[in-house]
Amino acid sequence: MVTTFHYLLLGAALFTIGVIGVLTRRNIMIILMSIELMMNAVNINLIAFSNRLQQVTGQVFAIFVITVAAAEAAVGLGIVIAMFKNKETMNINEIDLMKW
Amino acid sequence: MLELILFYTFGAIAVISGILVITRHNVVHSAAFLGATLFAVAGIFLTLHAEFVAGVQVIVYVGGILVLFVFVIMLIAVERSVHERQYNKQWTIALITSAILIVEIAYGLYRGRDSLVLPAVVPPAAAAAGGNAEQVGTALYTSYLLPFEIASILLLVAIVGAVVLSKKRTPAEE
Repeated sequence: MVTTFHYLLLGAALFTIGVIGVLTRRNIMIILMSIELMMNAVNINLIAFSNRLQQVTGQVFAIFVITVAAAEAAVGLGIVIAMFKNKETMNINEIDLMKW
Repeated sequence: MLELILFYTFGAIAVISGILVITRHNVVHSAAFLGATLFAVAGIFLTLHAEFVAGVQVIVYVGGILVLFVFVIMLIAVERSVHERQYNKQWTIALITSAILIVEIAYGLYRGRDSLVLPAVVPPAAAAAGGNAEQVGTALYTSYLLPFEIASILLLVAIVGAVVLSKKRTPAEE
């Protein structure tokens, strides 16, 4: 029997994978992809609870999360392109203009 | 039984592809595995009877965001980045932080396990209530009308921001 607990475990696993990806990789594209993974984990949790509580609210919020993910991807990739024009790199360790 | 098979199939695809996303050297491979993860998550949504969100997931995530990712990967040099070092030096700290996160999540799930073991319930005759898309649409256009409008403004701002960030500077600005 598949319970809500299973879905929460899956969401936790995906979220942790995303966190590890953000913290360990240097390639900015992969960091953005890891952020998408984390948003997907959150969506799984929202929809699992939407099903568990028999309310449609969780699904509405999942759609909002997808909207925010789309906006974030558009702006983030715009920043990546602007950065690549200036620095010719995707390595975040070389992007230290604002480092104190 | 079928539910269990579907859940474990989609879950395994999602987790394994997710691990491959963050371990591949080539960014294009990562993007492909991200697509596999997104499709698997859409399947997970289907097993939770959220058909509308599953459709939105495939259309917006796979059809929109992932294609955007691939476009940007094609625009900037892939060849060079493959030969760069892929992992940064702070992986010990990252590992410790992730371990703390895992312990935190495990503790939260352990404390709340009694309230979570109930089986995921199946909506009784969804057609009688108007179907999933109609339910989501009704909630979106009545209770959540203001957040919906704010989301549209957010998308507009994101479009303008993306255009401003990636457009060519005119000589007058420089």
